Amino acid sequence: MENLNLFIKSIFIDNMIFAYFLGMCSFLAVSKNVKTAFGLGIAVTFVLMIALPVCWCINHYILEPGALVWLGAEYAETDLSFLGLIMFIAVIAALVQILEMVIEKYSPGLYNSLGIFLPLIAVNCAILGAVLFMQQREFASAWTSTVYGVGSGIGWLLAITCLAAIRERLNVEVVPKPLRGIGITFIITGLMGIAFMSFLGIKL
Amino acid sequence: MNRKKTFLPLFNPLSKDNPVIVQVLGICSALAVTAKMEPALVMTISVTAVLALSNVIISLLRNTIPSSIRIIVQLVVVAALVVIVDQVLKAWNYEVSKALSVFIGLIITNCIIMGRLEAFGLNNRPWASFLDGVGNGLGYGIILIIVSFFRELLGSGTLFGCTVIPQSWYEAGYMNNGLMILPPMALIVVACIIWAHRSINKDLQE
Repeated sequence: MENLNLFIKSIFIDNMIFAYFLGMCSFLAVSKNVKTAFGLGIAVTFVLMIALPVCWCINHYILEPGALVWLGAEYAETDLSFLGLIMFIAVIAALVQILEMVIEKYSPGLYNSLGIFLPLIAVNCAILGAVLFMQQREFASAWTSTVYGVGSGIGWLLAITCLAAIRERLNVEVVPKPLRGIGITFIITGLMGIAFMSFLGIKL
Repeated sequence: MNRKKTFLPLFNPLSKDNPVIVQVLGICSALAVTAKMEPALVMTISVTAVLALSNVIISLLRNTIPSSIRIIVQLVVVAALVVIVDQVLKAWNYEVSKALSVFIGLIITNCIIMGRLEAFGLNNRPWASFLDGVGNGLGYGIILIIVSFFRELLGSGTLFGCTVIPQSWYEAGYMNNGLMILPPMALIVVACIIWAHRSINKDLQE
């Protein structure tokens, strides 16, 4: 039950985009049409699903103060937490590299339409952000952090697909010239963010 | 080489080629830390320092990095610099470091840094890269400061934590606009800046 609550909370209430503004760059750049946006959303969810439990294990068994105690009693004092950022970013970069090869092999169409944004998932702040939140909130197990990862990923997917649908419709609307393109997208994202705030009242 | 051309990488990103409102890079942190002016200022200084130094380091190494592993090399350089900034900030101003929480760590994935390293640091000499780094850091900072100025003034009636709206206004019925504190308003303020900026620079319109 706890995990279900966390799952729903990470999709709607703690939505990566509308509550924390993480992963904005690719969110704004790849949301021109629904199909590509959906593909990128799936890729981000996938990376999050694997990166979070892996990083949880690294954090729990290597980095935390006293985590190395399984190596022997003399390591009980070791605190490697300052290495966290570098370790996490290395895990994420490696995962993205693998994902890139898999997508190139099995779905060349998606590979071409994602272009530069596929390798850029490595620097998508939503992923490193989720990992850092996971570390900050001290989740109890690898399974909980997997649930959190999938939830955040689906929240991101939902947000980018909605925005892409609205932007497709906007192509035929009359927008003031200086606002066209990126300006109006910012305003829409802001309004969607306000709409998502209505979930804040839900207590789980 | 004439003087104007040398300093082009420093002045261009301030307005015409601004990283936030023209190149659309580094939005995430620009929105998340702008509810108050103090964290915005600290964030500007941190990003400028990391960006300028990493640009110089990558530029010095540019002939020795094989292109297939360049992303990992860049990430390692940036991550190392960010760890230093993080530790310095914790020692020097723990309160602000707490307020910025994960966003200092997220400087690593700030797209301004990766974007400038890819676009400039890899192909230019160290001095030009340094200017480009400082210029883009400041261009990013200008937007942060403008956004946080409006959000803090209208949202809490303070600037840098000091009350600026006189008490008599509140007695006359003036109220702080709580909506400005909420994150979505940052997007709308940025959109207004884009609107104003593109009305002046017509060649940027789409």
